[in-house]
Amino acid sequence: MFEHLTEKLDNVFKKLKGKGVLDEESVGLALKDIRMALLEADVNFKVTKNFIDDVKGRAVGREVLESITPGQQVVKIVHDRLIELMGGDASQLKLANRFPAPVMLVGLQGCGKTTTAAKIARFLMNQKKRVCLVSADVYRPAAIDQLSILARTIGSGLFESAPANDPVKICVDALNDAKTRGYDTLIIDTAGRLHIDSSLMDELKKIKDSVNPAEILFVADAMTGQDAVSTAETFNELLDITGVILTKVDGDARGGAALSIKAVTGKPIKFIGIGEKLDAIEVFHPDRMASRILGHGDVLTLVEKAQMAYDEKAARELERKIRKDSFTLEDFRDQLMQIRKMGPLEDLLAMIPGFGKIKAMKNVQVDEKEFVKIIAIIDSMTKKERFDSRIINGSRRKRIARGSGTTVQDVNRLLKNYLEMRKMMKKLTKGGGKHLKRGNFPFK
Amino acid sequence: MGNMNNKEGFFNRLKEGLSKTRKGFVKNVDEMIFGEKILSRNLFDDLEETLIMADLGPAFTTELVEEMKYRAGRKELDRPDALKKILKDHMREILRDSELPLEIPRDELYTIMVLGVNGTGKTTTIGKMAHQFKKAGYSVILVAGDTFRAAAIEQLEIWSQRVNVPLIKQKMGADPSAVAYDAVHAAKSRKANVIIIDTAGRLHTQTNLMEELKKLKRIVGREHEGAPHETLLVLDATTGQNAISQAKMFNEEIGITGLVLTKLDGTAKGGIVVRIAKEMSIPIRYIGIGEKIDDLRIFNSEEFVNALFA
Repeated sequence: MFEHLTEKLDNVFKKLKGKGVLDEESVGLALKDIRMALLEADVNFKVTKNFIDDVKGRAVGREVLESITPGQQVVKIVHDRLIELMGGDASQLKLANRFPAPVMLVGLQGCGKTTTAAKIARFLMNQKKRVCLVSADVYRPAAIDQLSILARTIGSGLFESAPANDPVKICVDALNDAKTRGYDTLIIDTAGRLHIDSSLMDELKKIKDSVNPAEILFVADAMTGQDAVSTAETFNELLDITGVILTKVDGDARGGAALSIKAVTGKPIKFIGIGEKLDAIEVFHPDRMASRILGHGDVLTLVEKAQMAYDEKAARELERKIRKDSFTLEDFRDQLMQIRKMGPLEDLLAMIPGFGKIKAMKNVQVDEKEFVKIIAIIDSMTKKERFDSRIINGSRRKRIARGSGTTVQDVNRLLKNYLEMRKMMKKLTKGGGKHLKRGNFPFK
Repeated sequence: MGNMNNKEGFFNRLKEGLSKTRKGFVKNVDEMIFGEKILSRNLFDDLEETLIMADLGPAFTTELVEEMKYRAGRKELDRPDALKKILKDHMREILRDSELPLEIPRDELYTIMVLGVNGTGKTTTIGKMAHQFKKAGYSVILVAGDTFRAAAIEQLEIWSQRVNVPLIKQKMGADPSAVAYDAVHAAKSRKANVIIIDTAGRLHTQTNLMEELKKLKRIVGREHEGAPHETLLVLDATTGQNAISQAKMFNEEIGITGLVLTKLDGTAKGGIVVRIAKEMSIPIRYIGIGEKIDDLRIFNSEEFVNALFA
């Protein structure tokens, strides 16, 4: 998300920074470009206008234009305003003081409520909460089945509803049932509806009034255009939502909806959905996202991901092996597996500061299949071969290639990379470097 | 809640047409044009806002506004209402080529593959299409090609019962190509006219899922000469500038022969489709204007532009 915006803003900033002298006109031109970039990213027209007016007001003052580095100053103003616009720190779900705490998901058709319901349930279950799901979507064919299947998949509780039931009654019954069964949280999936459908909107109000949810989360598609604002406003006016979940962020959405919804409702974005799998949900950190938009990368998330996949004992063992120069192909394989655990490589790369700016790296397609291939090759070796790559001769290479469905060239390349890696490790340890670079995997 | 009554769906605008009260886009354009005697700078700013709010995108909007300014400067637009007419004509011109309804032969098997990102309304659109085709006397077979999403098969099954047409399905997790293979052969032996294949929603940036679609297309083509005859991309009218990217990538990877624009019953204007039509010249076959079985209309550029500008 946001790559387009990042790139465009970066261009504007570059032009500005280079200037020793700035006048109102050149600031005006830069702001015009920023305006286009925001609109192109689907930031709402009025939100954009306010943003630009505000920046202009601050930027054309004498202190800025007459400072030694006027360009830098303007860039800083845009930075600060953008972070303000997105909101500060991440906001958590507030469920603590009630059992069971009802969480209601609302939104338009097709924004991803049902999948999100299961993702949130799974997220909370990982925090040792006992979660029950219920579907109040009696309209869309098989919506109830969909949630039942998802509940089974993640192993959460489920309150069974049927299309013939009344949605309000379903929610009340589910809450009572969750109470007697001792659940901490009840997640209510509601039917998708248009904000102008007054009878269905009224139904949401009734559900709210009868279960008094701890959280009402508005689920919004990250690809939404200008209409995001009017939709979010209407849902917020009626239900006083407590937060927003942005879905389908893993595509190339420009994310303007995120900025706009936050700006008009004032409600924080709490989660973002980043993939099809049921664990593909993240707590939203506005400051980190702003940093990403501004091309500063998101090192914090990267570190967190690494920590999650990181096994300290294994790492110490690995370090010992590297020092003793006994890093085997099997270790190599384990390393790769660990990197894979951190998520899609492309996502990881996007978090590295400045990565997007490297021309050669633009549109780089990291082939996840390459991982699978390497792992398959190593898996096709005998234990002995994995521990001592020197014995892998021509006929062994042929066998390995056949066994892993690759070619001898692939096997050769892997072995060459592996040997280079060992050489590098040797150099590093000889140099006395205490901190070995992790994840230094030498293939293209 | 007060302002909910002020907002009105596209469908209503379609129905109301020229004569009735005009809201949203329509109201704005009218206020601008009839409310001012002179083509001031301000008028063009308002025009820009209206077009951008309709999701036409800033670049395309600028292009349109500049064109109008140019004409105004050359005195072609000596009266403000002439501006409206020019804009309307211009848009209609862009959209006219997109107005090309599906034509399905009576005497041979016709296959339709339906694609799109998650949540645009593929399955619902298929249900509605099946209903229309059946009413027109075709024998239709639905194919549950979304074997990924939980209960996607059940959802299509309910539609097949509503419309009363057969459904070819396998279990969740099955290879969609295998389901389509079955369907082509079933259609041949039952002498069906139309096969409509549902597919799992996928973001256009997911290369591995695009490969799955390519395979599906290849298998259908191998089992039946010339198939799929129509590859429909379903776009959600609430989508912003990303719709361009969706259309381009699905077209590059799979090849798109028609578009369906759904959810026009909300307040979204679906203006992005004008830009897609201009840049890609892919026909817009249908528009979706509601959840009911009859809420699918053949795209009509005149009607569409009238609903925007009335």
